[in-house]
Amino acid sequence: MEIPKTFLGYKREDGRTGTRNHVIILPVDDISNACAEAVANNIKGTIALPHSYGRLQFGADLELHFRTMIGTGKNPNVAAVIVIGIEPKWTKRIVDAIATTGKPVEGFSIEGVGDIDTIARVSKKAQEFSIWASEKQREERPISDLWISVKCGESDTTSGLASNPTVGNLMDKFEPLGVHLCFGETSELTGAETVCEKRGKTPEAQEKFRKTWSSYNDFILNEATDDLSESQPTAGNIAGGLTTIEEKAFGNFQKIGGCKFIDVLEPAEEPTKGPGLYFMDTSSAAAECVTLQAAGGFNLHLFPTGQGNIIGNPIEPVVKLTANPLTARTMSEHIDVDVSKILSREMNLDEAGDELIKATIRVANGRLTCAEALGHREFVMTKLYRSA
Amino acid sequence: MAGTDIIIHDEKDNVGVVVIEKITPKQDCDCWIMENDKSVKIQSMDEIPLGHKIAMTDLNEGDTILKYGHDIGKVVKSIKKGEHVHVHNVKTKKW
Repeated sequence: MEIPKTFLGYKREDGRTGTRNHVIILPVDDISNACAEAVANNIKGTIALPHSYGRLQFGADLELHFRTMIGTGKNPNVAAVIVIGIEPKWTKRIVDAIATTGKPVEGFSIEGVGDIDTIARVSKKAQEFSIWASEKQREERPISDLWISVKCGESDTTSGLASNPTVGNLMDKFEPLGVHLCFGETSELTGAETVCEKRGKTPEAQEKFRKTWSSYNDFILNEATDDLSESQPTAGNIAGGLTTIEEKAFGNFQKIGGCKFIDVLEPAEEPTKGPGLYFMDTSSAAAECVTLQAAGGFNLHLFPTGQGNIIGNPIEPVVKLTANPLTARTMSEHIDVDVSKILSREMNLDEAGDELIKATIRVANGRLTCAEALGHREFVMTKLYRSA
Repeated sequence: MAGTDIIIHDEKDNVGVVVIEKITPKQDCDCWIMENDKSVKIQSMDEIPLGHKIAMTDLNEGDTILKYGHDIGKVVKSIKKGEHVHVHNVKTKKW
């Protein structure tokens, strides 16, 4: 199949391209959720991104919070941003960082004003942003403006057999075209970590991966009460035919095809080394992982599932695929691409990869994903440790 | 294209995965090697359910199981070609 050289996206002030045109109302902290949601309810064409944290965090955990907030605002799928926090200082830090993209952004703080007046003031600005963004038009943009993140969930043997390799096939075809690609899930690479490390393109990338994985493994060894053989693979994994943690990890690893990663990213860190595959240090929990990848600037997500994970994200469209014929049938409203014909050998990997590419470009052009149509907007901050 | 009973990821693999509801003892099974799109045949020794693995060759204690072309664990009880491969005869090398 000849891959289209362009897709229809929203060109942003900083040169990046969005596959969506959201105006977001971003609360800095948990107690500003109510205001943000009231504004989004008042003003059509805006969405609030409520979450659970943002108070009394410190150190690396606080930096990750800021990085996630700022990255979410900077994402090219976002046309304009309103930031609401309880106090002005943290709010301003986020606003100033998002403003470097050149997109409209404005911050408000609630202290000394109260919710009701804040909602009124913010609503006026949000209305202005929403009407402004509604005039943005899609235009032809190079396929290399796609930044694709991947993560699998509710995996079963059909994931490693077919849906993950389908994503790998897409990566093999997109990488030479200059697309940015990202995989994560530090924990679920355990068992394949030495092979994964060798997929680093440079000794520096390999070294960074080794350190990242070891640091995770040390944390597990400190917290674990046994050797994890009771929980990895899970009882459900074993019933489904997965025998060892290595087997599970290599199934996961199929998602990157034959690609090599050029750098290892901190959670929510934006890649800076140009096109190609990146590894991001993330949890294997679906919503946390996708939230971090979206904050890293990725504008479209591919999510292979076996038993049927239903996740979505407020700003990054999540395309779901499955090779499990039962899931494709019983949970069809969640599945964008059905590749179960691989198992019956009516379709090979090359054909499945092409189908996924077609679906990816349609979604990049504006077709709603199943998760978007169903209103899935899971926005989940990763918390590194307890707050002060 | 014909249907298949077993899928093998990589030509190097010594196990395949059952992709029909189950295979029964003495069943002649069609296997598809995804990597190179080749077909092979095997006769099963055991009943093996969907998603579970079958040995494509005789395996001795201490041998390495290869799936996806990679080491996924060690044989802890010898396995004959066509037998079920799972937690009763294979263990992780991790712990």
